Amino acid sequence: MTRGPRIGDPAPRPDGPDKVTGRFPYSSDLRAPGMLWGAAVRSPHASARIVGIDPAPALALEGVAAVLTADDVPGRPTYGLAVADQPAFARDLVRHHGEAVAVVAAATPDLARRAARAVAVDYAPLDPLTDPAAAVTAAPLHPNGNVFRHLIVRRGDVAAAAADPDLVTVEDTYEVGRQDPAFLGLESGLAVPAADGGVDLAVSTQFLHADRDQVAASLGLAPERVRLTLAGVGGAFGGREDLTLHLHLCLLALRTGRPVGMAYDRSESFVGHVTRHPARMWYRHRATRDGTLVSVEARVLLDGGAYQSTSAAVLANACCFAAGPYRVPHALVEGWAVRTNHPPAGALRGFGIPQVCFAHESQMDALAAALGVDPVDLRRRNALAPGDALLTGQRITGTAPAVACLDAAVAHPLPAPPDDDPLRRPGGTGLATGPGDVRRGVGVAMAFKNLMYSEGLQDLSTASVRLAVDGGELVATVHCAAAEVGQGFVTLAQQIVRTELGVDRVVLRAADTSIGEAGSSSASRQSWMSGGAVAAACAGVRDEVLARVAAGRGGRGEAFALRDGEVVSRDGGLRLPLAEVVGADPVEAVRVFTHADTAPLDADGQGDAHVAFVFTAHRAVVDVDPALGSVQVVQIATGQDIGRALNPLAVTGQLEGGIAQGLGLALLEDVVTREGRVATRTFQDYLVPTALDVGDVVATLIEEPEPGAPYGAKGVGEAPTLSSIPAVVAAVRAATGRRLRRVPVRPAHVALGEDGVAPFVVPGGPAAPPGVVTGPEGPLAKPALTDPPGVAELPGGEGGA
Amino acid sequence: MPDIDVRINGIRYQDHVEPRLLLVHYLRDRLGLTGTNVGCDTSNCGACTVLVDGTGAKSCTMLAVQADGTEITTIQGLAGGEGAGAPEDWHPLQKAFNAEHGLQCGYCTPGMIMSSVDLLQRNPDPTEDEIRHGLEGNLCRCTGYQNIVKAVQAAAGELRAAGAPGAVVGGQS
Ligand code: FES
Ligand code: FES
Repeated sequence: MTRGPRIGDPAPRPDGPDKVTGRFPYSSDLRAPGMLWGAAVRSPHASARIVGIDPAPALALEGVAAVLTADDVPGRPTYGLAVADQPAFARDLVRHHGEAVAVVAAATPDLARRAARAVAVDYAPLDPLTDPAAAVTAAPLHPNGNVFRHLIVRRGDVAAAAADPDLVTVEDTYEVGRQDPAFLGLESGLAVPAADGGVDLAVSTQFLHADRDQVAASLGLAPERVRLTLAGVGGAFGGREDLTLHLHLCLLALRTGRPVGMAYDRSESFVGHVTRHPARMWYRHRATRDGTLVSVEARVLLDGGAYQSTSAAVLANACCFAAGPYRVPHALVEGWAVRTNHPPAGALRGFGIPQVCFAHESQMDALAAALGVDPVDLRRRNALAPGDALLTGQRITGTAPAVACLDAAVAHPLPAPPDDDPLRRPGGTGLATGPGDVRRGVGVAMAFKNLMYSEGLQDLSTASVRLAVDGGELVATVHCAAAEVGQGFVTLAQQIVRTELGVDRVVLRAADTSIGEAGSSSASRQSWMSGGAVAAACAGVRDEVLARVAAGRGGRGEAFALRDGEVVSRDGGLRLPLAEVVGADPVEAVRVFTHADTAPLDADGQGDAHVAFVFTAHRAVVDVDPALGSVQVVQIATGQDIGRALNPLAVTGQLEGGIAQGLGLALLEDVVTREGRVATRTFQDYLVPTALDVGDVVATLIEEPEPGAPYGAKGVGEAPTLSSIPAVVAAVRAATGRRLRRVPVRPAHVALGEDGVAPFVVPGGPAAPPGVVTGPEGPLAKPALTDPPGVAELPGGEGGA
Repeated sequence: MPDIDVRINGIRYQDHVEPRLLLVHYLRDRLGLTGTNVGCDTSNCGACTVLVDGTGAKSCTMLAVQADGTEITTIQGLAGGEGAGAPEDWHPLQKAFNAEHGLQCGYCTPGMIMSSVDLLQRNPDPTEDEIRHGLEGNLCRCTGYQNIVKAVQAAAGELRAAGAPGAVVGGQS
């Protein structure tokens, strides 16, 4: 056995060989003898009353085995990650385009789709509620009401800052469109009915145990009768945290008594999973003339769509991090996440922070312009450092290398000026851009984000490690329910075991629900949480091994360690083959890993709600054809806080992939809805960045080990997506002088200078907010945040008017 | 139902197929060659790319009947014959994608590799820009493409060093 990579080594993926040869089984590749295929019947309307459902035309087709509706759900009729407000099937009312009304099972995928089209659903369409600002006062779309959460974060005294005539003020409104996770592997899975009346489900997901608990509740089964196994996942990014076809598959398998498979097509996927929350935001920053931030006021309105999903936690992130990685003594942030007749929004890489990051970084640039200072200097001057407090009052006890990230990002040499290659110009292969039409721009932005779950949510992971001798060779077997979604946890788990036990052959069992939960592969948490659980289980194995040795040597076990397949004394004088100690009696340990408790936010949004923070900075260089409005990203440079790079290969991959997603939101990716209906349902009109769009990436890793984190490492799954968004937009602004207050930036916004952003309307407030002032570039809403009445008295919120 | 006579990964198949059956579904559902993935329905993502008579083709844009009389290589035949073969038998692109971390979830990888085979056949020494242009029809949501470009460069170097043009027809590399 050759020596496998340890912690810190560049480690290749254990699933790489299967993935480059086509052997890796994705959830869409699963087959079983005698299986049926499922397909959902989905609403073509954003809002409608269901007058009747007639399954007869579908059942009349030969080969159709079942048509199930809301009447066929034996257990809880609804599900949801935080609140079970989403029906397994719409019963009387459909609340979004694409909501499932029924599901069919048939002999082939083709027939299943035909049968789904044959189910006759009689809809009485209703006017959809599509304006999130109107949702607070509109008639409730759901018994739970239209406000998922209303949150205030109040720090210091913004009114005092408002009264200081010497401060410089910048104020504006921003919008973020709807980004789709657009993972390449479509939703799919296979459910097999079991002899005990339960069901086995193999599915691509991010969180097996949360899926299991929701499915079991709706099936009316004990959780242990619903067994989930992770099937090969083709990307996730947050979009697989909620149930999609899981429950439908299990219902069909249990009803028909046969294995049932199901796979979405892309157009179904676009309405069948959560997206990023579209956001409208109003911001006002005040600073001293020498560039010290004094106050930030912000209003953040998130469109949560028809069902709650993770909206409440996403809003908390948006509000807690609304001002970005800066010292802000006075702040007032008010946020709403509301229900509309759009498809549900939920988790997506960055979880509420990409939206506010676009706004706070745009504000920082506007402030720098108003003050006549360098935008990088302004950021450096105000950047958070260890010991500083967040808007929530929480002090940073770990590392906070914000300035180091910024300095590293801007220290990279700038790319060569535009050259003569016409293909590199922003007009692209159409050669629409002439040699004199290219303007180059550079923009800089920074961000920070929480790691792991916040606000007191239970956060744990479980792992077992078993050390045995197989054919004379030591084998360590790891079992953990952490979902490998492409991020590389499987690689890391092997590195940890090799490092801790000195055993090179490390086998990973399939992730499933036969072991305790690992939490979701989200929130940049698995390296810390499940990495921590695997390390703890290794420590348990080591303790047991050393205890065995000690028992054989009169209790002197503490004098030993495990190294490269041997038990050795600290001074190296004594060596025992580990295989001999393990012998025919395998050593196994199971450990549950948690982090320090977090606290809920109080009524003023204050509290130690978060565990740790990751910082990041980006500098974007773009070429723009101002007449066409087309943008070519030339280079993105980043400084990334990483704590410690456990696998430099995986870290670099996360940075480059995350930046591509940020760039996509900045320039390309927009789910367009019309009257609540999703219009962009193919990759023809929803534009995922290609190899030509992404430009070059140059990265510097900032390694300052994080106290309390396993191996000092910070998760880096989300940070790269955050400030890459405003950095790209800032670069386009620098090249064109356009205002650009909305992402994705559209060519017309650049070419014509009109970004289409309307004044911010306070949810639940009067239709025209008081104090509309005319700024240099048209009317601006001036919500009365610092004027009486105070925010607490404003209408809106859970109990609001 | 029309008959087709086609060699796939070195094996001859004579089959009856429905006229409207897509090649990708013939490969995946009839032959069980699930190494070729489907990521869209609109010929945008390239996950389904295979070689038809040595040239890259999106198998979701072709009917199975159009493959009649052709030689097809899928990712599962790239290392020769059916099955994956040992790492030393892999195509240099397979080795390079594995070694250069040119994948994360790997869903795009089969199509990305097959498109790269086609690219290197046409251009054995591509610049970075030429690789990006050549792979523009293949989406990857995970990697940001940087390591994919590196992998193609590495494989091109290996192929040139070995003096092989990188041609693959019918599973014989
Ligand atoms: S599945 Fe063929 S191009 Fe997307
Ligand atoms: S590696 Fe996931 S789509 Fe390319």
